[in-house]
Amino acid sequence: MSERPLSREAKALIAMSRTSLSRRRILQVAGVGGVAAVVAACGAGGGDGSSSAAAPSPTVTDKSDTDKTVVWSNWPLYIDEDDSGGRPSLAAFEKQTGITVTYNDDVNDNNEFYAKVRTQLESGQSIDRDIVTLTDWMAALWIRNGYVQKLDRAVLPNAANLIPRLADVAFDKPRDYSLPWQSGFGALGWNKAALKSVLGTDTMTSIDQLFDPKLKGKISVLSEMRDTMGILIAWQGNDPSNFTEDQFNQALDALQKQIDSGQIRQVAGNDYAGAMESGDVTAVIGWSGDMFQLGPDFGVGLPETGGMLWTDNMIIPASSEHAKNASILMNYYYDPKVSAEVAAYVQYICPVVGAKEEMAKIDPALVDNQWIFPSDETFAKSYVFMELTPEQDEKYQRAFQKAIGN
Amino acid sequence: MTIAAAVGPARRRARIAYLLLLPGVAWLAIFFIIPLISLFFTSLQVSTGSSGKYKAGFNWRNYVEALSEYWEFFLRALIYAGIATVLALVIAYPLAYFIALKAGRWRALMLVLVVAPFFASFLLRTYAWKTILADDAVITQTLNALHLLPDGRILNTSIAVIAGLTYNFLPFMILPLYAALDKIDPRLIEAGSDLYASPFTTFRKVTWPLSMPGVVAGTLLTFIPAAGDYINAELLGSTKDKMIGNAIQTNFIEFRDYPMASALSFILMASILIIVTVYIRRAGTEELV
Repeated sequence: MSERPLSREAKALIAMSRTSLSRRRILQVAGVGGVAAVVAACGAGGGDGSSSAAAPSPTVTDKSDTDKTVVWSNWPLYIDEDDSGGRPSLAAFEKQTGITVTYNDDVNDNNEFYAKVRTQLESGQSIDRDIVTLTDWMAALWIRNGYVQKLDRAVLPNAANLIPRLADVAFDKPRDYSLPWQSGFGALGWNKAALKSVLGTDTMTSIDQLFDPKLKGKISVLSEMRDTMGILIAWQGNDPSNFTEDQFNQALDALQKQIDSGQIRQVAGNDYAGAMESGDVTAVIGWSGDMFQLGPDFGVGLPETGGMLWTDNMIIPASSEHAKNASILMNYYYDPKVSAEVAAYVQYICPVVGAKEEMAKIDPALVDNQWIFPSDETFAKSYVFMELTPEQDEKYQRAFQKAIGN
Repeated sequence: MTIAAAVGPARRRARIAYLLLLPGVAWLAIFFIIPLISLFFTSLQVSTGSSGKYKAGFNWRNYVEALSEYWEFFLRALIYAGIATVLALVIAYPLAYFIALKAGRWRALMLVLVVAPFFASFLLRTYAWKTILADDAVITQTLNALHLLPDGRILNTSIAVIAGLTYNFLPFMILPLYAALDKIDPRLIEAGSDLYASPFTTFRKVTWPLSMPGVVAGTLLTFIPAAGDYINAELLGSTKDKMIGNAIQTNFIEFRDYPMASALSFILMASILIIVTVYIRRAGTEELV
């Protein structure tokens, strides 16, 4: 694993992301308290709580040519930044195209973000954003409900650079509505020294090791159902991309057993990385990019029974009046050179063909990094979670949340 | 002088009094009463069978389900908040007593120190406790060496949740206690000893009763938010320490089950209201709070 020199600011940011503002999840606890959530519920649910009309047909006229702006909501720490907090690739885009980008890192959690804009989406009002980055299943929900505009391929020639492994997804065939921003693996992560002192080895290859009683109270799994349950379903010899309810329940029983026995110490959003650094947990089911960023003292690997592959996708809300500008922006980030710059910083899987060659010029040490440019072999060891109907999703979510104490 | 002329100014005074009430009442009506009514109707909505979609109705079963499914979470919330309130009182009373009666010229500085944690966000303060209570931290190591920890750790146990609650709401206990103790005329305490009461009897018969308004206000200000809190349980607890706030949050955000989240909120409000009413009656300080 390579040691990359990071700027002090970048280090500080990453450190902060581990302890406080995690990339994927944790701020769901911040603003949306019990009370705040409930007040929001009033806004959403009061009056005509029915709102059964699914797809408000978009009747927006595109203002892109006269109004050269685009608003993008993305996850925190998910784009290249320089020492002074600027975003070089975005700045270059603005200079090149004359389009002003308002970049918000306000997606901390798929469900939380959806809760925030749901009322507007259902009534067909603008959510004041032109690009939103959502994980597969949430993107699927938006597309299914008609909240998303079709991409204009004429403005998006670079979309052809999408790596084949991500081109074929069940929820959006053939990528009419969404384009991947970054992907990552649900994988095993461990503290090498701590693992060695307990298990006598500094590599983990299987879930059996994770559930070794010697690690009791020292492991953590993700609160993201699809990653944790997918890995457990695969561990039991079933297929996370195509499983039955019995198989799901069987995996859930295994999880429950490990929680009840105290083997699993916590079920975490993104804050497991901080717990790994402080030594509170030794091994985790976590996200590849996070663990790679932790540095050489920590190991990351897909379990031999298979890990999970997830993607965060860019979509254009149906209400956006700047779809063309949004498409130009997406097109820019599908330029291999630009996407390599982003990948060198965020260190998640880069979805663009040709970026690997460009990476050689930026940071040769990252070219063979399996967590940025996975080989076919690595991809073959991973699954994409089965697409669920809303009813299945609710049923499984409830069962999963109950198991993890919610 | 006619009667009308005499009544005039009084009427005007009454009108001015109502005008003074207006901003507060309007604020409460818009941001509390209307949402509360809306919340109530949401809590009675009926599922349409598709996820996250509900229609108006009078489905009282939501409340039955909320209670039968989440009674443990209610119980846990009330117990954790209750313990945290008692701990906060035990810690805060001597401190407030010292600041009010003994601190002298250090009083202002000490009060600033009590309030100082509020300058950092609630979330960050709770995160800091993850470091303070980490497995390798001094506290945990020391207590472990004394074999005082059943799980061999503090973080991700109920101890951590209660400790976090106590810490986070401590200033809400200290400040009202300080205000009450500060108002006590020191001559009353002196009079106690003049009348041959022991220091303990003086405290029991004079100081404590006179500080009751502070005790009642402080315990309420600590207990009520602590019972609805979910950040401490989320960040410091394990999967077995979730409180009712977590259940409301999960139902709202993860399940999009708005009726259930609303019903849970209503039950929480009602149970707190009952507990508080009984408590104030028992404490016998209606006129003081």
